[in-house]
Amino acid sequence: MRARFGGLLFLALAATLPLWLRDPYFVAILTSTGIFIIAAISLNLLLGFTGQLSLGHAAFFGIGAYTSALLSLGFDVDIGLPSPVVVDPKPVWIAFFGAVVVSGLFGWLIGKLAFRVRGAYFVIVTISFAEVMRMVALNWVDLTEGPMALNNIPPLSVLWPGHGLTALVTKSQQYWLVLAVGVVCYFLVARMVRSRLGRALIALRENEPLARSVGVRVTHYLVVATVVSAAIAGAAGALYAHCVRIVDPDVFLFIYTVTMVIMVVTGGKGTLAGPVVGGLIFGLMPQALRGTAPPEVQWIIYGIGIILIVFFLPRGIVPAFADLARLRMPALRKPASLVR
Amino acid sequence: MTEVGENGAARNVALDVRDLAVHIGGLVALGGISFQVPFGAIVSLIGPNGAGKTTAFNVITGFMKATDGQVFFRGRDLARLSPERIAALGMVRTFQRTSLFTACTVFENVLTALHLRGRTGLLGALLRLPAMQREEAALHAEAREILDFVGLAGRADEIAGNLAYGEQRLLGLAIALAAKPTLLLLDEPAAGLNPSETESFKQLIRRVRERGATVLLVEHDMQMVMSISDQVLVLNQGRMIAAGSPAEVQRDPEVIRAYLGSGKRAAA
Ligand SMILES: Nc1ncnc2c1ncn2[C@@H]1O[C@H](COP(=O)(O)OP(=O)(O)OP(=O)(O)O)[C@@H](O)[C@H]1O
Ligand SMILES: [Mg+2]
Repeated sequence: MRARFGGLLFLALAATLPLWLRDPYFVAILTSTGIFIIAAISLNLLLGFTGQLSLGHAAFFGIGAYTSALLSLGFDVDIGLPSPVVVDPKPVWIAFFGAVVVSGLFGWLIGKLAFRVRGAYFVIVTISFAEVMRMVALNWVDLTEGPMALNNIPPLSVLWPGHGLTALVTKSQQYWLVLAVGVVCYFLVARMVRSRLGRALIALRENEPLARSVGVRVTHYLVVATVVSAAIAGAAGALYAHCVRIVDPDVFLFIYTVTMVIMVVTGGKGTLAGPVVGGLIFGLMPQALRGTAPPEVQWIIYGIGIILIVFFLPRGIVPAFADLARLRMPALRKPASLVR
Repeated sequence: MTEVGENGAARNVALDVRDLAVHIGGLVALGGISFQVPFGAIVSLIGPNGAGKTTAFNVITGFMKATDGQVFFRGRDLARLSPERIAALGMVRTFQRTSLFTACTVFENVLTALHLRGRTGLLGALLRLPAMQREEAALHAEAREILDFVGLAGRADEIAGNLAYGEQRLLGLAIALAAKPTLLLLDEPAAGLNPSETESFKQLIRRVRERGATVLLVEHDMQMVMSISDQVLVLNQGRMIAAGSPAEVQRDPEVIRAYLGSGKRAAA
């Protein structure tokens, strides 16, 4: 009940933010943080709820970014067929959902490949996959422009009453777009983990032999989780492409995956609010530190922050505060639920 | 009389195990054992420590690969089927060492274990279709009913890891029952229980059978085995050394020798 009230309050604050915080720079920072939070939410589905560590999650993000950019820009490539493949520019939302589908398909592929043998093998497959994707983006210049990057990606647009089709170009508009997509992704994941499907995922994480003994099909559910996770990461990548409006092979860099992992782990993996809390803290911290200290010192503070959280709150911030709330208010001393 | 089907498998027995062998490295954990479990029976599999009882369970339920031999469940060859497929066919096992979803509540444990009773997939979950909501309500009711059956209804909201040992054993049974087994394999369910807990567990197993399930029981408590079983199978060092009614098995000289020789627990 209180959690729901807190969530609504948070949402109301977030939704009205550009109206009372008239600082376009800060709104832009929140927008890019929001995109990362969506990616972290998708990673959490795998890392937090199935316990599988995808260290190549930036690959799904990058595939989403490139797919949406290419579909909205149109492209022609020669792949050895009699005539080159020509794709005309598609409407932006078709490009966006195309990106979600393509990322999901890659998730399916990686899931099928990697979950035959799990654990460390999955980690290696995902890392390699992201690196291969980066090489493709760098070297398949005909398609991706390589290091020159894809430029002039059109912004997403909405039908605005009275204004017709409106391109989302201002900082505030992009902020609301990311917030809207983020809320949708959050609730999709919430519904998923609070269903029979989510219980199967948690069961596999908690005790795989027991889960199998009562009929939970391991590979099937891990693949489903990977597909959904990859699709949401792809949506985040597509948002990135249409907000930043330029995509280069660096979207596949390992550091982006690491950022997502940090957000999930510090916020609290396996909790719904964890990636949001962790994402806000570690997305905004560099900005908060900006100007207060030289860059090297900022990085050190950033690193120490992570270490302190992981050391003192090994399960993350959200579970720690949930425990605290239970201790302080006896009325709330209900058992921890499967999904917070 | 045993009716034999096309593939040579007995159709009127729940479980038909033929020449089942398991070699682990150089060790012969099971050296080719054969037995049948008739529908509706309580059959016990006993034997000294290391006899191969748990190994037999692991192979029969698909958790381990057999080196040789076959397992038929209701006339169906289980070769190469995964544990989850075998569970879906109606054969469910419990674990010798207590195995729960320890971080979850008792209720969530059973709700999770009701997996096979539900059908909601990704789309149903994401769209929260009415059919899914009805199914959830039905699963909740079923979970409460199962907890009631094993006597844990009052502990539904407790974290499984915080339960007393005896309660954890009951929850282990509840989890297996949630998968609605037609054949239930229990691996030392009474291990570590005090005499009164053992007695009530025994009554519980009887009630499970009354509800229509067939039971294959591994147990060291001879009092329990001899009073509850229709048939007793005795395993020693991977070989079946005796099979018969409790009375027959208790008189068998080789059984007595195996138990006295092992120096562990004496028979009866
Ligand atoms: N995974 C394994 N690796 C190596 N040896 C094993 C393995 N599993 C079982 N064994 C061996 O196989 C033999 C049979 O073991 P099993 O656990 O089936 O015995 P058990 O009859 O269940 O004994 P207990 O009454 O102690 O539970 C033992 O010698 C054991 O050491
Ligand atoms: Mg054993």
